[in-house]
Amino acid sequence: MAKVTIDGIDIEVPDGTTILQAARMIGPEVAPPTMCYHSKLKTSGGYCRTCLVEVTKGSEKDPRPMPKLVASCRTNVMDGMVVTNGLSEKVQDARAGVVEFLLLNHPLDCPICDQAGECHLQDLSYEHGNYNTRTDFERRTFEKIDIGDKIQLHMTRCILCYRCVKVAEQITDGRVHGVLNRGDLSEISTYIKEAIDNDFSGNMIDVCPVGALTDKTFRFKSRVWFTKPVDAHRDCDKCSGKVVLWYKGDDVLRVTGRKDQWGEVEEFICNTCRFDKKQTSDWTIEGVREISRHSVISANKYKRLVRPKRLTINDIKALPE
Amino acid sequence: MSETETIKFSAETEALMQNIIGRYPEGRHKSALLPLLHIAQADSNGWLSVPVMNRVAEILNIKPIEVYEVASFYSMFHLEPVGNCLIEVCRTSSCWLRGANDIVAHIEKRLGIKDGETSADGKFTLRTVECLGSCGTAPMLQIGEQYHENLTMEKVDQLLEENRNTTKHSTYLDHTTFRTV
Amino acid sequence: MQRKLLLEHIDVPGIQSYDVYRSKGGYASVEKALKTMTPDAVVEEVKKSGLRGRGGAGFPTGMKWSFLAKPEGVPRYLVCNADESEPGTFKDRYLMQHIPHLLIEGMITSSFALGAKTSYIYVRGEFFYIIRILEKAIAEAYKNGWLGKNIQGSGFDHDIYVHPGAGAYICGEETALLESLEGKRGNPRIKPPFPAVKGLYDCPTVVNNVETISAVVPIVNNGGEAYAAIGIGKSTGNKLISASGHIKKPGVYEIEMGLTVEEFIYSDALCGGILNDKKLKAVVAGGSSVPILPAELILKTASGEPRLMSYESLADGGFATGTMLGSGGFIVMDESASIVHNLYTFTRFYHHESCGQCSPCREGTSWMEKILHKILEGHGTISDIDLLWDIQRKIEGNTICPLGDAAAWPVASAIRHFRPEFEAYVNNPKQQLEVSYYDHCRNLASAEV
Repeated sequence: MAKVTIDGIDIEVPDGTTILQAARMIGPEVAPPTMCYHSKLKTSGGYCRTCLVEVTKGSEKDPRPMPKLVASCRTNVMDGMVVTNGLSEKVQDARAGVVEFLLLNHPLDCPICDQAGECHLQDLSYEHGNYNTRTDFERRTFEKIDIGDKIQLHMTRCILCYRCVKVAEQITDGRVHGVLNRGDLSEISTYIKEAIDNDFSGNMIDVCPVGALTDKTFRFKSRVWFTKPVDAHRDCDKCSGKVVLWYKGDDVLRVTGRKDQWGEVEEFICNTCRFDKKQTSDWTIEGVREISRHSVISANKYKRLVRPKRLTINDIKALPE
Repeated sequence: MSETETIKFSAETEALMQNIIGRYPEGRHKSALLPLLHIAQADSNGWLSVPVMNRVAEILNIKPIEVYEVASFYSMFHLEPVGNCLIEVCRTSSCWLRGANDIVAHIEKRLGIKDGETSADGKFTLRTVECLGSCGTAPMLQIGEQYHENLTMEKVDQLLEENRNTTKHSTYLDHTTFRTV
Repeated sequence: MQRKLLLEHIDVPGIQSYDVYRSKGGYASVEKALKTMTPDAVVEEVKKSGLRGRGGAGFPTGMKWSFLAKPEGVPRYLVCNADESEPGTFKDRYLMQHIPHLLIEGMITSSFALGAKTSYIYVRGEFFYIIRILEKAIAEAYKNGWLGKNIQGSGFDHDIYVHPGAGAYICGEETALLESLEGKRGNPRIKPPFPAVKGLYDCPTVVNNVETISAVVPIVNNGGEAYAAIGIGKSTGNKLISASGHIKKPGVYEIEMGLTVEEFIYSDALCGGILNDKKLKAVVAGGSSVPILPAELILKTASGEPRLMSYESLADGGFATGTMLGSGGFIVMDESASIVHNLYTFTRFYHHESCGQCSPCREGTSWMEKILHKILEGHGTISDIDLLWDIQRKIEGNTICPLGDAAAWPVASAIRHFRPEFEAYVNNPKQQLEVSYYDHCRNLASAEV
């Protein structure tokens, strides 16, 4: 076991725990934000640099501070380690920089992006970014490629978190897409314009932190905050069958995997559950899902959706001048 | 174009590839990807088409996407056809200090093409590249395997003349480059 | 002039060939190590020598070797980093081209010390003619019993293979190099684990630069102490310096560390002074990544001491007034050189070479290039200079690998020491454009012809 202090709060964790995992055990108040790390995907993390933290004391044995900020998702704790996250000005400054870099070429198309409302980049920029942009260069765009009738790829929105590549590598049986080219020209692609088609490809949508991979069957159907998430399950021979149904009225507009409070998928689901089972009768309903992640949809308004009362002449008279 | 479309290299080339694979430990044959792509490119008019890359994937028993990812990462692999004579002019710091911009401008004028373009007759492709590690002999350019250093305009003209009628592709290597065991 | 250790026989006709190299005492270090020393004794000599990594980082080689994990039954590898791509650096190419057997000899001796049965030389792809030379030398070494099974009857087996890169500066970073050697994209790995524990094929691996491995030959031949007696302080031995830019005699020079910078630039036996006898303006002393210094700071430290060619002296004053020895890529600029345009070529380079894995480097390097281009084109503003400063600050230290730092430092140092020149581009773009951007290189080229 190792004792670690994060933003002044102590916790004891098993050896081999990362700083990020330890911080999450303490709670969201000290947990660094993440974009590329995903708890269910091996070797994820380290790329986006949003979870950088300052290690002010390396360990009991070697108390020297670490010379650079470290990616908390890929750095293991040591006994006696002292970490600062929210309390470190250096971290906040670097994080603001990372947000700016991530937004530098990201299109400002949130109003027409299906991910809006559950987008990690929106949350991140709201919490750690600046209001102004300091660039007036044309943003990077990519040629559109078609990867099939179920998944929409918008490369211009991609922040290169590599999560979808790891999904293809780790839970599907034939990766046909990857990261091509180099540097700021890197792009997610199949190179030969082939459809990504296998039983679990839909999970790429769920792990995408931005609107780069979205559900074609849900495209432009509704803003997510107007839909009502409901936990449901079914007997499935391919996956756990545990999903969230997103309702508008009586219609299931889309089906997704269940995400934890960090916005990371708990159990991956198959494409049959995701794309082919959009009738309430396909499912056993468990109940309304509480979205605990801090974002637009977490207001959970659907739970107390009351039609606004029509104003009467008396109400108007009562208004203060 | 699809993942399954493939070609065959000459028997000699395929044998060389197998020989190169033998340099790496059992089960680590993917290590041979870079040398194999070089050999494949030299064998295929200086560029890597999808069927060529698919064949390399087949030989190494890896997924085609693993080849595309790698081929598109490295600047020496050309994913589109290039001219018979590929001229690569260095323009970083030391070469710039010693007049690389003028060399580029001169070649552009002589060939009537811009950086990155191929001449209409398909003979020449001009590319500016980053540091080729020949700073002490700047300015310099590379054609195939050959470094041409301490360039003057006369030297450049001479090079263009020499390569004007070349029919062989200026590739980085041939079958004698690697030692075979 | 002190004794040369690496380039002693460089001018001997035919030294490229095995027979001539052998007749000049070649492969003596292998004989000595295999017949009279234990592997640990070789490591000990390297430790005693004080040799530091010649690729740029300057990490003590003996210490790096002693970190190598040695679990039972797991192969260990030596990988030679011959991916020389740092702008301003061409010493490894020079060594491999002119005296290839020195590297082969160093590889065998070092592999014996490390217990590596197989080693790879990762050569940058553009150097295919060097690969041809190395392959020939390796074949000769096999033929003469220095490679293969039971070398010289010692029971030590060793194989060396050359592996070509394919055009990616990032593969000079040791973990990116290992990825590339495994047939993948050259994306640096997240450390730890370090290669000494988990390197090539997840096995313990040492990655050393060409010059470092070559230096093992004289260290084993003459003893670590003799090597340590050369040089100054913790900068022991000789260093190859690649000199380029506005000097009379560009080339590779083997110098004893501790020589003054002034002597290096102006001595007739070395760089021979500034081209066309112009005034020295600035120097990038250790390859494109290290901070640029103006003439007054490269010749003398901030405290007025003569600046020496050594790790410590060049770093004197930190980044405020000092720089680094780095890879020894010594780029000299005369009074007419545009610092801003030179910096532009650097930022374009780092933008081109960023692997794109982590966001600060992927986005930041391209952003800096665009801003510098805008300034060069005469559309810059004063706030652009401040923005450049802020961007480099936010890249530095926040990336997976040192390429981020390498891209940030040239920008920071150019602004630190030459801010008025940036302002001149902003305030009077036309004049600057005429003098520096176009005519300057034109004048130079015509002077050369």
